[in-house]
Amino acid sequence: MNFKLETKNLTVKYGEVYGVKDISLAAPHRSVMALIGPSGCGKTTYLRALNRMHDLTRVANVEGEVLFEGKNIYDEDVNPVTVRRKIGMVFQKPTPFPTMSIFDNVVAGLKLVGIKNKTLLNEVCEKALKQAALFEEVKDRLNTAAVSLSGGQQQRLSIARALAVEPEVLLMDEPTSSLDPQATLKIEELIQSLKKDVTIIIITHNMQQAARVSDKTAFFYEGNLIEVGKTKLIFTSPEKKQTEDYITGKFG
Amino acid sequence: MVGLLCISTVVVLLPLVIIMVHVLVEGFSALSYDFFTEELGSPSRAIQGQATGLVHTIIGTIVVDTLALLIAVPIGIGAGMMLSEYPEHPLNPTLRLMNDTLNGMPAILKGLFIFVLIVKPMGTFSGIAGSVALAVVMLPIIARTTESALQSIPWTIRESGLALGIPRWRVVLSTVMPAAKGGLITGILLAFARAAGEAAPLLFTSFGNNYLPNNWYGFIFSPTDTLPQRLYSLAISPYEQWHSMGWAAAIILFLMVIFAFILARLLARDKFKIQA
Repeated sequence: MNFKLETKNLTVKYGEVYGVKDISLAAPHRSVMALIGPSGCGKTTYLRALNRMHDLTRVANVEGEVLFEGKNIYDEDVNPVTVRRKIGMVFQKPTPFPTMSIFDNVVAGLKLVGIKNKTLLNEVCEKALKQAALFEEVKDRLNTAAVSLSGGQQQRLSIARALAVEPEVLLMDEPTSSLDPQATLKIEELIQSLKKDVTIIIITHNMQQAARVSDKTAFFYEGNLIEVGKTKLIFTSPEKKQTEDYITGKFG
Repeated sequence: MVGLLCISTVVVLLPLVIIMVHVLVEGFSALSYDFFTEELGSPSRAIQGQATGLVHTIIGTIVVDTLALLIAVPIGIGAGMMLSEYPEHPLNPTLRLMNDTLNGMPAILKGLFIFVLIVKPMGTFSGIAGSVALAVVMLPIIARTTESALQSIPWTIRESGLALGIPRWRVVLSTVMPAAKGGLITGILLAFARAAGEAAPLLFTSFGNNYLPNNWYGFIFSPTDTLPQRLYSLAISPYEQWHSMGWAAAIILFLMVIFAFILARLLARDKFKIQA
Protein backbone atom coordinates (compact mmCIF):
# COMPACT_ATOMS: atom_id res chain seq x y z
CA MET A 1 0.00 0.00 0.00
CA ASN A 2 1.52 3.26 -1.10
CA PHE A 3 -0.71 5.76 0.59
CA LYS A 4 -1.42 6.30 4.25
CA LEU A 5 -4.33 8.61 3.72
CA GLU A 6 -6.12 9.13 0.47
CA THR A 7 -9.30 10.89 -0.62
CA LYS A 8 -11.33 9.92 -3.64
CA ASN A 9 -13.77 12.45 -5.07
CA LEU A 10 -14.20 14.07 -1.70
CA THR A 11 -16.89 16.75 -1.68
CA VAL A 12 -18.00 18.70 1.38
CA LYS A 13 -21.15 20.79 1.14
CA TYR A 14 -22.50 23.25 3.68
CA GLY A 15 -26.17 23.05 2.77
CA GLU A 16 -26.11 23.91 -0.91
CA VAL A 17 -22.74 25.65 -0.81
CA TYR A 18 -19.68 23.70 -1.78
CA GLY A 19 -16.79 23.76 0.70
CA VAL A 20 -14.57 21.60 -1.43
CA LYS A 21 -15.46 19.83 -4.63
CA ASP A 22 -14.35 16.47 -5.88
CA ILE A 23 -10.90 16.30 -4.31
CA SER A 24 -8.75 13.28 -5.03
CA LEU A 25 -5.49 13.54 -3.19
CA ALA A 26 -3.13 11.14 -1.45
CA ALA A 27 -0.57 11.43 1.29
CA PRO A 28 2.16 8.78 1.16
CA HIS A 29 3.47 7.01 4.26
CA ARG A 30 5.88 9.02 6.39
CA SER A 31 5.75 12.20 4.40
CA VAL A 32 4.72 15.79 4.80
CA MET A 33 2.07 17.21 2.51
CA ALA A 34 1.40 20.94 2.52
CA LEU A 35 -1.95 22.42 1.56
CA ILE A 36 -1.68 25.97 0.28
CA GLY A 37 -4.14 28.46 -1.17
CA PRO A 38 -5.82 31.74 -0.35
CA SER A 39 -8.14 32.05 2.65
CA GLY A 40 -11.55 30.49 2.09
CA CYS A 41 -10.31 28.12 -0.58
CA GLY A 42 -11.40 25.01 1.32
CA LYS A 43 -8.12 23.83 2.84
CA THR A 44 -9.50 23.67 6.36
CA THR A 45 -12.78 22.15 5.16
CA TYR A 46 -10.78 19.46 3.42
CA LEU A 47 -8.52 18.84 6.39
CA ARG A 48 -11.47 18.52 8.78
CA ALA A 49 -13.04 15.89 6.58
CA LEU A 50 -9.98 13.69 7.08
CA ASN A 51 -10.73 12.87 10.71
CA ARG A 52 -14.50 13.27 10.61
CA MET A 53 -14.62 16.63 12.34
CA HIS A 54 -17.59 17.54 10.17
CA ASP A 55 -19.69 14.95 12.04
CA LEU A 56 -20.46 17.57 14.65
CA THR A 57 -22.38 19.94 12.44
CA ARG A 58 -25.67 19.17 10.84
CA VAL A 59 -25.07 21.50 7.89
CA ALA A 60 -21.87 19.88 6.63
CA ASN A 61 -22.35 16.98 4.26
CA VAL A 62 -19.41 14.81 3.23
CA GLU A 63 -19.49 12.77 0.03
CA GLY A 64 -16.83 10.58 -1.52
CA GLU A 65 -14.24 8.49 0.23
CA VAL A 66 -11.46 9.06 2.74
CA LEU A 67 -9.27 6.01 2.76
CA PHE A 68 -7.07 5.44 5.79
CA GLU A 69 -4.76 2.53 4.96
CA GLY A 70 -7.25 1.56 2.30
CA LYS A 71 -10.35 1.63 4.51
CA ASN A 72 -13.00 4.32 4.10
CA ILE A 73 -13.34 6.08 7.44
CA TYR A 74 -16.89 7.08 6.58
CA ASP A 75 -18.04 3.44 6.36
CA GLU A 76 -20.90 2.44 8.64
CA ASP A 77 -18.77 0.09 10.71
CA VAL A 78 -16.06 2.64 11.49
CA ASN A 79 -16.07 4.36 14.87
CA PRO A 80 -15.08 8.02 14.48
CA VAL A 81 -13.40 7.95 17.91
CA THR A 82 -10.99 5.25 16.74
CA VAL A 83 -10.35 7.21 13.55
CA ARG A 84 -9.46 10.36 15.47
CA ARG A 85 -7.20 8.43 17.80
CA LYS A 86 -5.06 7.54 14.80
CA ILE A 87 -5.55 10.78 12.88
CA GLY A 88 -4.74 13.62 15.25
CA MET A 89 -5.22 17.31 14.67
CA VAL A 90 -3.59 20.56 15.71
CA PHE A 91 -5.67 23.69 15.32
CA GLN A 92 -4.85 27.19 14.25
CA LYS A 93 -5.56 28.69 17.64
CA PRO A 94 -4.21 27.22 20.86
CA THR A 95 -6.89 25.31 22.72
CA PRO A 96 -5.71 24.30 26.18
CA PHE A 97 -8.43 22.70 28.29
CA PRO A 98 -9.13 25.64 30.58
CA THR A 99 -9.68 23.81 33.85
CA MET A 100 -6.68 21.51 33.56
CA SER A 101 -3.04 21.84 34.56
CA ILE A 102 -0.24 21.70 32.00
CA PHE A 103 0.38 18.05 32.88
CA ASP A 104 -3.28 17.08 32.66
CA ASN A 105 -3.58 18.85 29.33
CA VAL A 106 -0.70 16.93 27.78
CA VAL A 107 -1.91 13.53 28.96
CA ALA A 108 -5.62 14.29 28.50
CA GLY A 109 -5.85 11.95 25.50
CA LEU A 110 -4.63 9.09 27.68
CA LYS A 111 -6.14 9.97 31.03
CA LEU A 112 -9.64 10.58 29.71
CA VAL A 113 -9.78 7.18 28.07
CA GLY A 114 -8.88 5.47 31.33
CA ILE A 115 -5.07 5.19 31.41
CA LYS A 116 -4.03 5.79 35.01
CA ASN A 117 -0.47 4.46 35.20
CA LYS A 118 1.45 7.38 36.74
CA THR A 119 4.90 6.38 35.50
CA LEU A 120 3.62 5.97 31.97
CA LEU A 121 1.78 9.30 32.05
CA ASN A 122 4.89 11.06 33.37
CA GLU A 123 7.04 9.57 30.63
CA VAL A 124 4.55 10.44 27.91
CA CYS A 125 4.18 13.97 29.23
CA GLU A 126 7.90 14.61 29.27
CA LYS A 127 8.47 13.11 25.83
CA ALA A 128 5.61 15.02 24.23
CA LEU A 129 6.64 18.32 25.80
CA LYS A 130 10.23 17.80 24.64
CA GLN A 131 9.05 17.05 21.11
CA ALA A 132 7.02 20.24 21.10
CA ALA A 133 10.01 22.22 22.40
CA LEU A 134 8.18 23.26 25.54
CA PHE A 135 9.62 21.02 28.25
CA GLU A 136 12.44 23.27 29.43
CA GLU A 137 10.10 26.20 29.89
CA VAL A 138 7.44 24.41 31.91
CA LYS A 139 9.17 21.50 33.65
CA ASP A 140 9.04 23.21 37.04
CA ARG A 141 5.39 24.11 36.91
CA LEU A 142 3.59 21.18 35.32
CA ASN A 143 0.79 21.43 37.86
CA THR A 144 -0.07 25.05 37.20
CA ALA A 145 -2.91 26.14 34.98
CA ALA A 146 -2.37 25.65 31.27
CA VAL A 147 -4.16 28.92 30.57
CA SER A 148 -1.42 30.77 32.45
CA LEU A 149 1.00 30.04 29.58
CA SER A 150 1.62 32.56 26.82
CA GLY A 151 -0.15 32.15 23.48
CA GLY A 152 2.87 30.60 21.79
CA GLN A 153 3.44 28.23 24.69
CA GLN A 154 -0.22 27.26 24.63
CA GLN A 155 0.10 26.37 20.97
CA ARG A 156 3.13 24.18 21.63
CA LEU A 157 1.17 22.63 24.49
CA SER A 158 -1.64 21.84 22.04
CA ILE A 159 0.91 20.20 19.76
CA ALA A 160 2.39 18.22 22.66
CA ARG A 161 -1.09 17.08 23.60
CA ALA A 162 -1.76 15.88 20.07
CA LEU A 163 1.57 14.01 20.01
CA ALA A 164 1.01 12.36 23.38
CA VAL A 165 -1.51 9.92 21.92
CA GLU A 166 0.99 8.95 19.20
CA PRO A 167 -1.19 9.43 16.16
CA GLU A 168 -0.25 7.84 12.86
CA VAL A 169 -1.38 10.86 10.90
CA LEU A 170 -1.18 14.43 12.14
CA LEU A 171 -3.34 17.11 10.56
CA MET A 172 -2.03 20.61 11.23
CA ASP A 173 -4.11 23.67 10.47
CA GLU A 174 -1.68 26.60 10.35
CA PRO A 175 0.03 25.39 13.52
CA THR A 176 2.62 28.15 13.60
CA SER A 177 0.48 31.17 12.79
CA SER A 178 0.51 32.23 16.43
CA LEU A 179 4.16 31.46 17.10
CA ASP A 180 7.29 33.59 17.02
CA PRO A 181 10.04 32.72 14.50
CA GLN A 182 12.06 30.75 17.02
CA ALA A 183 9.16 28.57 18.12
CA THR A 184 8.14 28.23 14.48
CA LEU A 185 11.61 26.93 13.68
CA LYS A 186 11.30 24.39 16.49
CA ILE A 187 7.94 23.20 15.21
CA GLU A 188 9.36 22.87 11.72
CA GLU A 189 12.24 20.82 13.09
CA LEU A 190 9.68 18.74 14.94
CA ILE A 191 7.78 18.13 11.71
CA GLN A 192 10.98 16.94 10.08
CA SER A 193 11.78 14.53 12.88
CA LEU A 194 8.20 13.26 13.22
CA LYS A 195 8.20 12.34 9.56
CA LYS A 196 10.08 9.18 10.46
CA ASP A 197 6.93 7.74 12.04
CA VAL A 198 4.04 9.98 11.22
CA THR A 199 2.29 11.16 8.10
CA ILE A 200 1.72 14.90 8.29
CA ILE A 201 -0.68 17.10 6.39
CA ILE A 202 -0.14 20.77 7.09
CA ILE A 203 -2.01 23.87 6.04
CA THR A 204 0.12 26.95 5.81
CA HIS A 205 -0.06 30.48 4.48
CA ASN A 206 3.67 30.75 4.64
CA MET A 207 5.14 29.78 1.28
CA GLN A 208 8.66 29.44 2.66
CA GLN A 209 7.35 27.12 5.32
CA ALA A 210 5.59 24.95 2.76
CA ALA A 211 8.78 24.85 0.71
CA ARG A 212 10.93 24.06 3.76
CA VAL A 213 8.94 21.31 5.42
CA SER A 214 6.88 19.49 2.84
CA ASP A 215 7.58 16.74 0.36
CA LYS A 216 4.38 17.26 -1.54
CA THR A 217 2.31 20.40 -2.02
CA ALA A 218 -1.33 20.77 -3.05
CA PHE A 219 -2.74 24.08 -4.20
CA PHE A 220 -6.42 24.75 -3.49
CA TYR A 221 -8.46 27.51 -5.02
CA GLU A 222 -12.17 28.19 -4.58
CA GLY A 223 -12.90 24.70 -3.31
CA ASN A 224 -11.04 22.98 -6.10
CA LEU A 225 -7.73 21.21 -6.13
CA ILE A 226 -5.81 23.06 -8.80
CA GLU A 227 -2.51 21.31 -8.72
CA VAL A 228 -0.58 18.80 -6.68
CA GLY A 229 2.96 17.54 -6.98
CA LYS A 230 6.41 17.32 -5.47
CA THR A 231 7.03 20.48 -3.48
CA LYS A 232 10.19 21.23 -5.43
CA LEU A 233 8.31 21.09 -8.71
CA ILE A 234 5.35 23.13 -7.50
CA PHE A 235 7.63 25.89 -6.31
CA THR A 236 10.00 25.89 -9.25
CA SER A 237 7.96 24.96 -12.27
CA PRO A 238 4.22 24.81 -11.59
CA GLU A 239 2.08 23.61 -14.46
CA LYS A 240 -0.91 25.85 -13.86
CA LYS A 241 -0.89 29.62 -14.22
CA GLN A 242 -3.00 30.07 -11.05
CA THR A 243 -0.49 28.15 -8.97
CA GLU A 244 2.37 30.24 -10.28
CA ASP A 245 0.47 33.48 -9.63
CA TYR A 246 -0.30 32.44 -6.08
CA ILE A 247 3.20 31.29 -5.23
CA THR A 248 4.79 34.40 -6.67
CA GLY A 249 2.35 36.52 -4.68
CA LYS A 250 0.35 37.96 -7.57
CA PHE A 251 -2.89 37.15 -5.76
CA GLY A 252 -4.22 35.58 -2.56
CA MET B 1 -25.97 59.10 28.39
CA VAL B 2 -24.44 58.14 31.73
CA GLY B 3 -27.17 60.20 33.40
CA LEU B 4 -29.84 58.09 31.70
CA LEU B 5 -28.06 54.89 32.70
CA CYS B 6 -27.95 56.12 36.30
CA ILE B 7 -31.70 56.75 36.21
CA SER B 8 -32.26 53.21 34.92
CA THR B 9 -30.05 51.85 37.68
CA VAL B 10 -31.99 53.72 40.32
CA VAL B 11 -35.33 52.61 38.87
CA VAL B 12 -34.13 48.99 38.97
CA LEU B 13 -32.77 49.22 42.50
CA LEU B 14 -35.54 51.31 44.05
CA PRO B 15 -38.30 48.66 44.16
CA LEU B 16 -35.88 46.17 45.68
CA VAL B 17 -34.82 48.59 48.42
CA ILE B 18 -38.40 49.65 49.15
CA ILE B 19 -39.57 46.05 49.34
CA MET B 20 -36.70 45.00 51.58
CA VAL B 21 -37.09 47.92 53.98
CA HIS B 22 -40.85 47.55 54.13
CA VAL B 23 -40.71 43.81 54.69
CA LEU B 24 -38.11 44.23 57.44
CA VAL B 25 -40.07 46.96 59.20
CA GLU B 26 -43.39 45.12 59.06
CA GLY B 27 -42.11 41.64 59.78
CA PHE B 28 -39.39 42.20 62.32
CA SER B 29 -41.74 42.36 65.29
CA ALA B 30 -43.12 38.89 64.52
CA LEU B 31 -39.67 37.27 64.53
CA SER B 32 -39.37 35.60 67.90
CA TYR B 33 -38.08 32.34 69.33
CA ASP B 34 -41.55 30.87 68.95
CA PHE B 35 -41.62 31.81 65.29
CA PHE B 36 -38.85 29.30 64.62
CA THR B 37 -39.99 26.55 66.99
CA GLU B 38 -43.79 26.44 66.95
CA GLU B 39 -46.30 25.38 64.35
CA LEU B 40 -48.96 27.80 63.18
CA GLY B 41 -52.11 26.04 64.41
CA SER B 42 -55.49 27.68 64.27
CA PRO B 43 -55.98 31.46 64.13
CA SER B 44 -57.15 31.50 67.75
CA ARG B 45 -53.60 30.78 68.91
CA ALA B 46 -52.32 34.01 67.44
CA ILE B 47 -55.36 35.99 68.50
CA GLN B 48 -55.14 34.75 72.10
CA GLY B 49 -51.42 35.35 72.20
CA GLN B 50 -50.50 31.67 72.48
CA ALA B 51 -47.23 30.33 71.09
CA THR B 52 -47.39 30.15 67.32
CA GLY B 53 -44.82 30.08 64.58
CA LEU B 54 -43.86 28.83 61.16
CA VAL B 55 -41.36 26.07 61.89
CA HIS B 56 -43.36 23.61 59.79
CA THR B 57 -43.32 26.11 56.92
CA ILE B 58 -39.58 26.68 57.08
CA ILE B 59 -38.78 22.97 57.18
CA GLY B 60 -41.41 22.30 54.51
CA THR B 61 -39.85 24.89 52.23
CA ILE B 62 -36.39 23.42 52.68
CA VAL B 63 -37.66 19.90 51.98
CA VAL B 64 -39.83 20.84 48.98
CA ASP B 65 -37.20 23.11 47.39
CA THR B 66 -34.36 20.65 47.92
CA LEU B 67 -36.33 17.79 46.37
CA ALA B 68 -37.29 20.08 43.49
CA LEU B 69 -33.61 20.89 42.91
CA LEU B 70 -32.68 17.22 43.06
CA ILE B 71 -35.25 16.48 40.37
CA ALA B 72 -34.68 19.52 38.15
CA VAL B 73 -30.88 19.85 38.17
CA PRO B 74 -29.89 16.55 36.53
CA ILE B 75 -32.74 16.63 34.02
CA GLY B 76 -32.34 20.32 33.26
CA ILE B 77 -28.58 20.06 32.80
CA GLY B 78 -29.10 16.99 30.64
CA ALA B 79 -31.53 18.85 28.41
CA GLY B 80 -29.16 21.83 28.28
CA MET B 81 -26.34 19.53 27.21
CA MET B 82 -28.53 18.15 24.46
CA LEU B 83 -29.33 21.68 23.28
CA SER B 84 -25.72 22.80 23.30
CA GLU B 85 -23.60 19.75 22.59
CA TYR B 86 -25.63 17.75 20.11
CA PRO B 87 -26.87 20.35 17.63
CA GLU B 88 -27.04 17.73 14.88
CA HIS B 89 -29.32 15.40 16.86
CA PRO B 90 -32.85 15.08 15.40
CA LEU B 91 -34.44 15.67 18.83
CA ASN B 92 -32.65 18.99 19.26
CA PRO B 93 -35.01 21.41 17.43
CA THR B 94 -38.08 19.83 19.06
CA LEU B 95 -36.52 20.09 22.48
CA ARG B 96 -35.68 23.75 21.92
CA LEU B 97 -39.25 24.60 20.91
CA MET B 98 -40.77 22.61 23.77
CA ASN B 99 -38.38 24.08 26.29
CA ASP B 100 -39.21 27.64 25.28
CA THR B 101 -42.92 26.85 25.39
CA LEU B 102 -42.58 25.33 28.84
CA ASN B 103 -40.66 28.37 29.99
CA GLY B 104 -43.42 30.67 28.84
CA MET B 105 -46.23 28.62 30.39
CA PRO B 106 -47.86 30.19 33.47
CA ALA B 107 -46.71 28.55 36.68
CA ILE B 108 -50.27 27.93 37.83
CA LEU B 109 -50.82 25.71 34.78
CA LYS B 110 -47.81 23.66 35.78
CA GLY B 111 -49.41 23.26 39.20
CA LEU B 112 -52.65 22.06 37.60
CA PHE B 113 -50.69 19.65 35.43
CA ILE B 114 -49.01 18.11 38.48
CA PHE B 115 -52.38 18.06 40.26
CA VAL B 116 -53.75 15.83 37.52
CA LEU B 117 -50.55 13.81 37.19
CA ILE B 118 -49.63 13.20 40.83
CA VAL B 119 -52.13 14.60 43.34
CA LYS B 120 -55.20 12.90 41.82
CA PRO B 121 -53.64 9.42 41.56
CA MET B 122 -52.05 9.75 45.04
CA GLY B 123 -55.35 10.87 46.49
CA THR B 124 -53.70 13.59 48.56
CA PHE B 125 -51.83 16.84 48.28
CA SER B 126 -48.19 16.28 49.12
CA GLY B 127 -44.79 17.88 49.46
CA ILE B 128 -43.44 15.72 46.66
CA ALA B 129 -46.15 16.93 44.29
CA GLY B 130 -45.09 20.48 45.14
CA SER B 131 -41.46 19.55 44.47
CA VAL B 132 -42.30 18.14 41.07
CA ALA B 133 -44.32 21.26 40.21
CA LEU B 134 -41.40 23.50 41.20
CA ALA B 135 -39.04 21.24 39.26
CA VAL B 136 -41.18 21.84 36.18
CA VAL B 137 -40.80 25.57 36.80
CA MET B 138 -37.02 25.22 37.08
CA LEU B 139 -36.44 22.77 34.22
CA PRO B 140 -36.67 25.10 31.21
CA ILE B 141 -34.63 27.79 32.98
CA ILE B 142 -31.86 25.37 33.89
CA ALA B 143 -31.89 23.87 30.40
CA ARG B 144 -31.58 27.27 28.77
CA THR B 145 -28.91 28.65 31.09
CA THR B 146 -26.95 25.40 30.84
CA GLU B 147 -27.07 25.73 27.09
CA SER B 148 -25.73 29.28 27.12
CA ALA B 149 -23.08 28.44 29.72
CA LEU B 150 -21.84 25.58 27.55
CA GLN B 151 -22.04 27.66 24.40
CA SER B 152 -19.75 30.24 25.95
CA ILE B 153 -16.97 27.62 25.92
CA PRO B 154 -15.19 27.78 22.55
CA TRP B 155 -16.25 25.02 20.18
CA THR B 156 -12.59 24.34 19.43
CA ILE B 157 -12.16 22.94 22.95
CA ARG B 158 -14.48 20.10 22.00
CA GLU B 159 -12.78 19.57 18.68
CA SER B 160 -9.37 19.40 20.33
CA GLY B 161 -10.71 16.79 22.71
CA LEU B 162 -12.27 14.76 19.91
CA ALA B 163 -9.11 15.02 17.83
CA LEU B 164 -7.29 13.21 20.63
CA GLY B 165 -9.59 10.25 20.18
CA ILE B 166 -11.54 10.95 23.34
CA PRO B 167 -15.20 9.85 23.10
CA ARG B 168 -17.61 12.71 22.73
CA TRP B 169 -19.45 12.22 26.03
CA ARG B 170 -16.12 12.21 27.83
CA VAL B 171 -15.02 15.42 26.12
CA VAL B 172 -18.22 17.13 27.22
CA LEU B 173 -18.06 15.85 30.80
CA SER B 174 -14.34 16.33 31.42
CA THR B 175 -13.40 19.42 29.44
CA VAL B 176 -16.49 21.47 28.58
CA MET B 177 -18.57 21.01 31.73
CA PRO B 178 -15.80 21.91 34.20
CA ALA B 179 -14.97 25.00 32.16
CA ALA B 180 -18.62 26.04 32.27
CA LYS B 181 -19.04 25.32 35.98
CA GLY B 182 -19.55 28.93 37.02
CA GLY B 183 -22.23 29.49 34.40
CA LEU B 184 -23.97 26.22 35.27
CA ILE B 185 -24.21 27.15 38.94
CA THR B 186 -25.45 30.64 38.14
CA GLY B 187 -28.17 29.09 35.98
CA ILE B 188 -29.27 26.69 38.68
CA LEU B 189 -29.34 29.61 41.08
CA LEU B 190 -31.52 31.70 38.81
CA ALA B 191 -33.93 28.82 38.44
CA PHE B 192 -33.91 28.20 42.17
CA ALA B 193 -34.53 31.84 43.02
CA ARG B 194 -37.42 31.90 40.61
CA ALA B 195 -38.98 28.66 41.87
CA ALA B 196 -38.39 29.41 45.55
CA GLY B 197 -40.63 32.45 45.23
CA GLU B 198 -43.43 30.71 43.33
CA ALA B 199 -46.70 30.25 45.20
CA ALA B 200 -48.98 29.45 42.28
CA PRO B 201 -47.76 25.95 41.39
CA LEU B 202 -47.90 24.95 45.07
CA LEU B 203 -51.56 25.81 45.62
CA PHE B 204 -52.78 22.63 43.91
CA THR B 205 -49.88 20.43 44.86
CA SER B 206 -48.27 20.82 48.28
CA PHE B 207 -51.40 22.74 49.30
CA GLY B 208 -50.25 23.96 52.69
CA ASN B 209 -50.66 22.80 56.26
CA ASN B 210 -51.12 24.62 59.56
CA TYR B 211 -49.45 21.87 61.56
CA LEU B 212 -46.24 19.89 61.71
CA PRO B 213 -46.64 16.41 60.25
CA ASN B 214 -46.44 13.45 62.63
CA ASN B 215 -43.14 12.27 61.24
CA TRP B 216 -40.36 13.34 58.87
CA TYR B 217 -41.69 11.81 55.69
CA GLY B 218 -44.93 13.67 56.33
CA PHE B 219 -43.18 16.63 54.70
CA ILE B 220 -42.92 14.57 51.54
CA PHE B 221 -46.08 12.50 51.39
CA SER B 222 -48.72 14.68 53.01
CA PRO B 223 -49.88 18.30 52.53
CA THR B 224 -46.90 20.50 53.31
CA ASP B 225 -46.49 24.18 54.06
CA THR B 226 -44.12 26.36 52.06
CA LEU B 227 -43.17 29.99 52.60
CA PRO B 228 -44.52 31.64 49.43
CA GLN B 229 -47.86 29.91 49.64
CA ARG B 230 -48.08 30.47 53.44
CA LEU B 231 -47.20 34.11 52.88
CA TYR B 232 -50.15 34.35 50.53
CA SER B 233 -52.61 32.68 52.86
CA LEU B 234 -51.43 34.70 55.86
CA ALA B 235 -51.73 37.90 53.87
CA ILE B 236 -55.32 37.24 52.78
CA SER B 237 -56.39 36.13 56.26
CA PRO B 238 -58.54 38.52 58.34
CA TYR B 239 -56.23 38.39 61.39
CA GLU B 240 -53.89 41.25 62.27
CA GLN B 241 -51.38 38.92 63.98
CA TRP B 242 -51.15 36.71 60.93
CA HIS B 243 -50.39 39.68 58.72
CA SER B 244 -47.20 40.46 60.60
CA MET B 245 -46.28 36.75 60.53
CA GLY B 246 -46.68 36.94 56.77
CA TRP B 247 -44.13 39.75 56.62
CA ALA B 248 -41.80 37.71 58.80
CA ALA B 249 -42.25 34.76 56.42
CA ALA B 250 -41.12 37.08 53.62
CA ILE B 251 -37.96 37.94 55.57
CA ILE B 252 -37.15 34.25 55.98
CA LEU B 253 -37.76 33.62 52.29
CA PHE B 254 -35.39 36.47 51.47
CA LEU B 255 -32.72 35.12 53.77
CA MET B 256 -33.02 31.61 52.33
CA VAL B 257 -32.57 32.81 48.77
CA ILE B 258 -29.63 35.02 49.77
CA PHE B 259 -28.06 32.11 51.64
CA ALA B 260 -28.44 29.93 48.54
CA PHE B 261 -26.77 32.65 46.45
CA ILE B 262 -23.78 32.87 48.78
CA LEU B 263 -23.44 29.09 48.93
CA ALA B 264 -23.52 28.86 45.15
CA ARG B 265 -20.91 31.60 44.77
CA LEU B 266 -18.59 29.63 47.03
CA LEU B 267 -19.21 26.46 45.02
CA ALA B 268 -18.54 28.26 41.75
CA ARG B 269 -15.04 29.29 42.75
CA ASP B 270 -12.43 27.82 40.49
CA LYS B 271 -8.89 27.03 41.57
CA PHE B 272 -7.36 27.98 38.21
CA LYS B 273 -9.30 31.24 37.81
CA ILE B 274 -7.13 32.81 40.49
CA GLN B 275 -3.87 31.62 38.93
CA ALA B 276 -4.74 32.81 35.45
